[in-house]
Amino acid sequence: MSDASLPRAMRQPFSLKLASNAFLLVWLLLAAFPLVWVLAMSFKSPVDAFSSNALEVIIGPRTLADGNGVSIIDIALGIAVAWLSIKAATRWLMPMAAGEGTLQRVFSWAVIAIGFAVLFVLGFFVVAPWLAQPLEALLGPLGRPVLGLTTQHYEAVWIENAFYENFQTSLLVTAGVVTVSLTVGTLAGYGLARSGSTLAFWILIIALIFRALPHSVLVAGYLPVFINSAELLRPILGENAPTLYGQPLAVIAVLVAINQPFTIWMLRSFFQNIPVDLDESARVDGCTHFQAFRWVIMPVMWPGVITTGLFSFLLAYNDFLVTSLLLDASNQTMVPAIAGYFNRETTTTDQVEAVAAAVSITAPLFLLVMIFQRQIVSGLTAGAVKG
Amino acid sequence: MQRSVWNTQRPGGARLKFRTFAAFVGPSILMMLLFIAFPLVTVFINSFQVTNPVFTTQEVETCTPGFLTQTCTTEVKTIPVIGDDGEVVTVTEWVGFASYANVLGGERAMSALAGFDFGALLRIDFWKALRFTLTFTLFTLPFVLGLGLAIAVVVNNAARHIKGPVIFVSLLPFIITPVIGALSIRWLFYGDGIVTVWLEALMNTDLSIAANGWAIEFLMMFYRVWHVAPFAFVIFYAGLQTVNQDTLESAIIDGASRWERLRYVVIPHLMPLIVFITLIHLMDAYRAFEEVIGFSSESYRITLQYLTWDYLTPDDAGNRAVSSASASAMLTMIGVVVLLAAPLRRTWRDHRGA
Repeated sequence: MSDASLPRAMRQPFSLKLASNAFLLVWLLLAAFPLVWVLAMSFKSPVDAFSSNALEVIIGPRTLADGNGVSIIDIALGIAVAWLSIKAATRWLMPMAAGEGTLQRVFSWAVIAIGFAVLFVLGFFVVAPWLAQPLEALLGPLGRPVLGLTTQHYEAVWIENAFYENFQTSLLVTAGVVTVSLTVGTLAGYGLARSGSTLAFWILIIALIFRALPHSVLVAGYLPVFINSAELLRPILGENAPTLYGQPLAVIAVLVAINQPFTIWMLRSFFQNIPVDLDESARVDGCTHFQAFRWVIMPVMWPGVITTGLFSFLLAYNDFLVTSLLLDASNQTMVPAIAGYFNRETTTTDQVEAVAAAVSITAPLFLLVMIFQRQIVSGLTAGAVKG
Repeated sequence: MQRSVWNTQRPGGARLKFRTFAAFVGPSILMMLLFIAFPLVTVFINSFQVTNPVFTTQEVETCTPGFLTQTCTTEVKTIPVIGDDGEVVTVTEWVGFASYANVLGGERAMSALAGFDFGALLRIDFWKALRFTLTFTLFTLPFVLGLGLAIAVVVNNAARHIKGPVIFVSLLPFIITPVIGALSIRWLFYGDGIVTVWLEALMNTDLSIAANGWAIEFLMMFYRVWHVAPFAFVIFYAGLQTVNQDTLESAIIDGASRWERLRYVVIPHLMPLIVFITLIHLMDAYRAFEEVIGFSSESYRITLQYLTWDYLTPDDAGNRAVSSASASAMLTMIGVVVLLAAPLRRTWRDHRGA
């Protein structure tokens, strides 16, 4: 909106504009600073990371002195590689994804993601060093390292401490929770949106009460049952009755159920935005209710499903309470596993490794917001503004 | 929020028959019954029961070799009974409200109440957790609403091309894993964190935030506002897009100042959203948990949900205090019921009226 198009009285005096933009700037700093700072710390040697001088944390003189640093050329090359691979992905790879049908689209998105990753890795670890070495030798002072930067903490976390095992468990749990809760939730959400009965009302109200329950209340109910499940289930399942405690599959079931109230409320509000005429015309054409749901409603429902899936993903990925109690130490997900680092934080090295682990957990979320910002916003507002 | 929910339906012809409805909703209901309703019942039952290993006393004679004769001592030892299968035999007893009394502090709580000694009362874990959870929930609410509204108004006011990046950055504190968010603020403050160093330079004193209960309490609240304000912002921002421009213009013609327009036109328009955010925030802040883990505040400040979690984690001997956990879980539930009673009553009235 340009100023000229506004009525005179709506125009803002300069002082108000300044104050409003200053406030915005303060908020953005407040929102981003802790995260940016943690990112900077994770690449520095412990002495620099916990230095009381802010500049030392950013530049990292000690890290540099230890022989881990990048020169201006390295930085420029790094930025160039990142920019080029993003360009390549959007220019060449994105148009290839113009397939029809869900499965095809999922497949082509997966191909794009992998292609992007390959470009990135090739650029960073093959092309950039290959270019940087002769350039650095040629340019002398510009080629000298100026910024301390080390990936040793990431290597320690991911390779020595086997964080990839936790990553695998996290992947399994989140994938399971998203798939199952969407399958179960879309069915229920559709049923609830298309039924005005008092029963549907009560189901929704009870779901609302369930949503408010503290998760520890529920876990207090599972834990004794899960630990003794082998004994409890033996009369039914015979000798190979499983102990549910420590099983990722059991955790998936629990998280799906905990997530269900929220999922059905959100999906229902998305289904309500789809006109009932669509169902009716499908029914007139001879579809059963289920066929109408599958072939007529679902194809227009994907935005809602993706949004709800995002929030299911966040719930499963971010969970600490349920996974820390129902999984044992041998197969923890990433978030509870990080607690192990600051429980034994005796040395500053342990602390910086905890920082690196924290950044590793945050990175996928960062990508998620980048790609799905619009869906997240629409999901947040779906319940409030439309409902 | 609730009123419009029930009016948008009544599809008439497309209404589902009960059988079809049940087929669609069935799997979801089954999951919720199995993993939410059923655990609630077991928690309720467990809170009146205590399971303990069975002990017997046994006379044990220990002899040490001595000169001429062995020196033997006989002592009475309490040992757990081992069953035929090699496991410790346990017995489950009905104990009535004993677990509740235990969680509430029993004698200590009674004497503290009788003497109006709130200091003593707040040294009992449950009351400590209740005090903190309530303060935390109620104190953060106005800040979440205020900050969220302020950001929404300011972003709405900003130039169009910066809105996207601004929303992106603003979403980060909300989307980040709560434990990690709390940790990232903790690392700025604890020990010689960078912000603590700045504060020390500013005030010329020595600060030790990790050892000060009130400082930790403040940080936990700060974290929560930082984490939830983006949620309020997004919802208010969406609400601001639907403010009636005609009403705003007539307010201008009537000579309303900028502040009066906000106060008498915009905020009443946003009222349903304010109620919605308040409800969600009360529900979520009441079950605060991750802050305690992230800030390692368990020796200074705990929340009700942390109390239950703590009972459930094995102690040094590997025992989990399931019955105490159940009792504290049931006590936590009372708060949820109180919280939801008013909005649910209103929804029910609207439903019947619709």
